[in-house]
Amino acid sequence: MNEQAIKDLLYKLADDQLILGHRNSEWTGFGPILEEDIAFSSMAQDKIGHSLAFYTLLQELGEAEPDTVAFTRNANQFHNSQLVELPNGEYDFSLIRHFLYDNAEIIRFEMLSQSRYEPIVKVATKLKGEVKYHVLHANTWIKNLGSSTEEAILRLQSALSEALPYALGMFEKSKYEQELIDAGVYAGEEAVKAEWLKRIQAVIEKTELKMPDLESITPKFGGRYGEHTEHLQPLLDEMAEVFKIDPTAEW
Amino acid sequence: MELTKENILTLLGEVKDPEIPVLSLVDLGVITGVEISEDDHVTVNMTPTFAGCPAMDYMKKDVERTLEKHGISKYTVNMTFDKPWDSNKLSEKGRQHLKEFGLAPPPKYDLILDLDILEHVKCPYCDSENTDLRTPFGPTLCRSMHYCNDCKQMFEQFKPL
Repeated sequence: MNEQAIKDLLYKLADDQLILGHRNSEWTGFGPILEEDIAFSSMAQDKIGHSLAFYTLLQELGEAEPDTVAFTRNANQFHNSQLVELPNGEYDFSLIRHFLYDNAEIIRFEMLSQSRYEPIVKVATKLKGEVKYHVLHANTWIKNLGSSTEEAILRLQSALSEALPYALGMFEKSKYEQELIDAGVYAGEEAVKAEWLKRIQAVIEKTELKMPDLESITPKFGGRYGEHTEHLQPLLDEMAEVFKIDPTAEW
Repeated sequence: MELTKENILTLLGEVKDPEIPVLSLVDLGVITGVEISEDDHVTVNMTPTFAGCPAMDYMKKDVERTLEKHGISKYTVNMTFDKPWDSNKLSEKGRQHLKEFGLAPPPKYDLILDLDILEHVKCPYCDSENTDLRTPFGPTLCRSMHYCNDCKQMFEQFKPL
């Protein structure tokens, strides 16, 4: 198996988790209610822990150690989807993004727990149990707020329209896509996307929200190949601030 | 002390979860293996409860400190996902300690965990199952928050995983 293909897969998983973990952490102290403040902070901690597990697999394949990889690359070296780097916006946008992202993430982990690449199986098997709680959280709030007040429904509907082109961008194919599928390492983005659509539609149908026509949406691709919005570099600068002043600091 | 697997496990029984001080790491189920080589090198394998749990690093250092305290100088402590943790690995003794601590122990499950079981967790104070899940995220990554409709108290559960 081409090691470069495995690395590409690991980087996109790890980078998505690190960047969304950082965005989630920006809710600490600002949540609309205490429980949500704690929920986004907890998911931040989980996601950053998950990214560490994947950066550790990369280190075992000869890449630099996790802190170096996380804190010293520039935006164009990151493989995350543009969806996760977008600013938090208001709570409605963060919630919709969390819903769209985590419903895809759990499918990736379910599929990777059946992978023929043994190191990834262990990590995915472990982490899918944790992500279940993220999905439960997202789906519960979407169901509750999506059938509550007129304002809540309008806000979520508009956040959904805004986030969907970026969410579809999560499924941008790797240049090693077919190779990974043929080797039984990963089921591929098409398979993830098909299952994801079923699951998010099942939740949306239980609300007053309307699923926009996906055929009319152009996905925001580029993230997997290092093309990012103007929002990623400032996030990286902030995240690496302490590390750049003192790489040996513990905090 | 003779270096045997059993003796090392007894020593590790002293090491407690820093966030739940009534629970030993052995009862928590995060010690996945102890090996002693012919030249008396002790290897302890551990696995995290939750991958992002900040206490895991602390627990690993605590294991190292405990081995040193008992005069074991040749040791390696590994943290791996080789035998991933799940909440069924909590021992019966550990579950009892959690309940006494006021933390509902995670229900045991077969093969696949359905999170619907979070809806009616048994209250650790009055044993009622007339309870509601308030939020799956509590004061630490491994705890969820619940409300008991009978004794009218909030309580926490060690999350099933």
